[in-house]
Amino acid sequence: MAKAIKKKIVSKKSDSKLTVKSKDNFGGLDKNLLLTMHQHMVKTRVLEERLIKIYRAGESFFWIGGPGEEAWGVPVGMLVNKGRGPKFDYVHLHYRCSPTLVAMGVSMLDSIRLMMNRSTDTSTGGRNFSNHFSIPEWNVAPVTSPLEVQYPMACGTAHAQKRHHTKNYKNNPISVVTGGDAGTAEGDFASALILASRRGQELPVLLTVQNNKWGISTSYEGQHGENFIADRARAFNIKSQVINGNDPVETYLAVKENMDYIRLTGKPAFIEAMVSRLYGHSSASGANADPNELDPLKTFEARLLKAGLITEKDSEKIWAEFEAEGVRATEIARAEPQPTVDSIWNNTFVGSENADWRNF
Amino acid sequence: MANMAQAIRLALHYAEKNYQLKDVFGQDVGMPLGGVFTATQGLKTSWNSTLDERGIIGMAMGIAMTGDKCVAEIQFADYIFNTIDLLKIAGNTLWCTNGGFNLPMTVMTPVGAGIRGSVYHSHSFDAWASRLAGWKVVMPSTPLDAYGLLLSCINDPNPCLFLKPKALMRVRGEELIPGEPADEKELKAMIDAPIGDRTKWKAKWPDVQEYLIPFGQGKITRDGEQITVVSYGRHLLLCNEVADLLKSEGYSVEVIDLRSIYPYDWQMIKSSVEKTGRVLFVNEDTEVTNFGEHLAYRVTQELFYELLARPRVVAGKNVPGIGLHPNLEDASVPQKHDIEIAIREICAEVP
Repeated sequence: MAKAIKKKIVSKKSDSKLTVKSKDNFGGLDKNLLLTMHQHMVKTRVLEERLIKIYRAGESFFWIGGPGEEAWGVPVGMLVNKGRGPKFDYVHLHYRCSPTLVAMGVSMLDSIRLMMNRSTDTSTGGRNFSNHFSIPEWNVAPVTSPLEVQYPMACGTAHAQKRHHTKNYKNNPISVVTGGDAGTAEGDFASALILASRRGQELPVLLTVQNNKWGISTSYEGQHGENFIADRARAFNIKSQVINGNDPVETYLAVKENMDYIRLTGKPAFIEAMVSRLYGHSSASGANADPNELDPLKTFEARLLKAGLITEKDSEKIWAEFEAEGVRATEIARAEPQPTVDSIWNNTFVGSENADWRNF
Repeated sequence: MANMAQAIRLALHYAEKNYQLKDVFGQDVGMPLGGVFTATQGLKTSWNSTLDERGIIGMAMGIAMTGDKCVAEIQFADYIFNTIDLLKIAGNTLWCTNGGFNLPMTVMTPVGAGIRGSVYHSHSFDAWASRLAGWKVVMPSTPLDAYGLLLSCINDPNPCLFLKPKALMRVRGEELIPGEPADEKELKAMIDAPIGDRTKWKAKWPDVQEYLIPFGQGKITRDGEQITVVSYGRHLLLCNEVADLLKSEGYSVEVIDLRSIYPYDWQMIKSSVEKTGRVLFVNEDTEVTNFGEHLAYRVTQELFYELLARPRVVAGKNVPGIGLHPNLEDASVPQKHDIEIAIREICAEVP
């Protein structure tokens, strides 16, 4: 039964059924919001494909990202209450985070600087991989290569945020954490379920998993006994649901509803989003397009076209403009300086206080 | 005169009141117990975590990410090993974000042998900790130093590791914490929770004052001319005892309490070794890739032509654990006679 539901959510066939409705009201969402969502999705896709091109051109050492997760990530980024400090939302992302960050306002240039390890890279200064963002001004916690460590950290930020909750619940800050399905095998995932749900000490955190049914080359089926990862959250009395993360409308509505619930109650919620993986895990596996995966962007665009919300011409223009922006950003980043050898000790301690024992 | 557990409690209270310390947490850290060594009794912000070391460190990192100060406890250092990658991440977060996110968090954990704690209540962590770049690491040998070092940790914007020598938790010092009542019975009545029902008990805190020991500042605990002995924590007190013992035989031993493992007081070691020409490093962590080896290496590299004898390290044996039986524990971690023999040998060495 559960398998059948999952198949329905992720299969091309079932999704195409969704898109051929004659009167698609897009969940009642406003036209401008839908078009904004579409633009963010296109921008993200163009950006990720640009990053892959940069890797293939030998201008970067490694690519890892999340093409195929636009329908999930963009609504999340649009719904986050962006700002700095515990009175705003915290976002704990993993390396498939570009849709969320594009929707929050990250520029192509900053993403490409990170990809090309320039000293101008605002997230890491050329120290870390692509999509390992860190944006303190927007409470975007540093993306780490070790998987799942972000979940207990999200409980930590949520714990501090709860001190700022008031009766005016709409402004109550929350933490949002994302991760993949394979990583849920890590103990830190279980830690977070426990930390978030202690009776009387519940935390305002939206725990999410993007289930693309792969862990690099290891399939979901071979690694999980539970029907849904979301079932694990239910065992801790956490409000939990499975959604079609390939549908931005369903995602937007579900994420908003759960964020509102968390802001109101101060309690956690859990979303398992079924998503696609369009270019494999990373450049280590070739970063080649997978024709068997459903493309959520093309599907959404087809819906918009069919509903008359955009035209083919509009669409072509949007794609072309972002493509041009990506080319320009690459040229700018290419000309920017690299990190200097004498910078390795910088920011080991705050204020670059001496950390080199040779100088003690 | 406070013991080390009371000194830690007083520091945490001071930080709650004056440094906006918001959370003190770990297993059994909150009431009614207030920590297995009672070092967190009666605090306003203490709470019991789940029995989950990774959850504790992960939560601490999240809290610190918001700018709130916290002190997280791992009940025994023996159980900190499953958090080592989180400690690495905490240490590299500022560096990886090129200065974007700092983590003002302190982790404290009891370390070392000396209480017949068997395999999993006797581990040391100083050598491991010295490899956690981005952390400041301290280890006190007296209650006053525990107070001053812990306040420095909480006040610092970087992750700090406060190693508590568990065998010293009930040991009193010779110097008063500023504002502490001189009568230890009076202090006990004020801040030690009663036996039995503690539901209505509240600590009556003395008006303790700020006292900060800067990182990287050692202390000479015995002046001498013939040999330099560098240690910290429990073994510092053993080194003092051996220095006093050998003094009656005419040995002149200078003892340095390093107090801060990273950053460390190289200038104090250097000037002392330049004077004595002989040096011994003592600690109880295991001997292979021991922190004392780093210091001995540095002495050899930078002070080679000042030396009258080979630098030596006396450390724990490189065995998988500390056995429970006293014969096993005593053979595994340095004892007074090991330190004494090493000092005699080094002093007898003729260049």
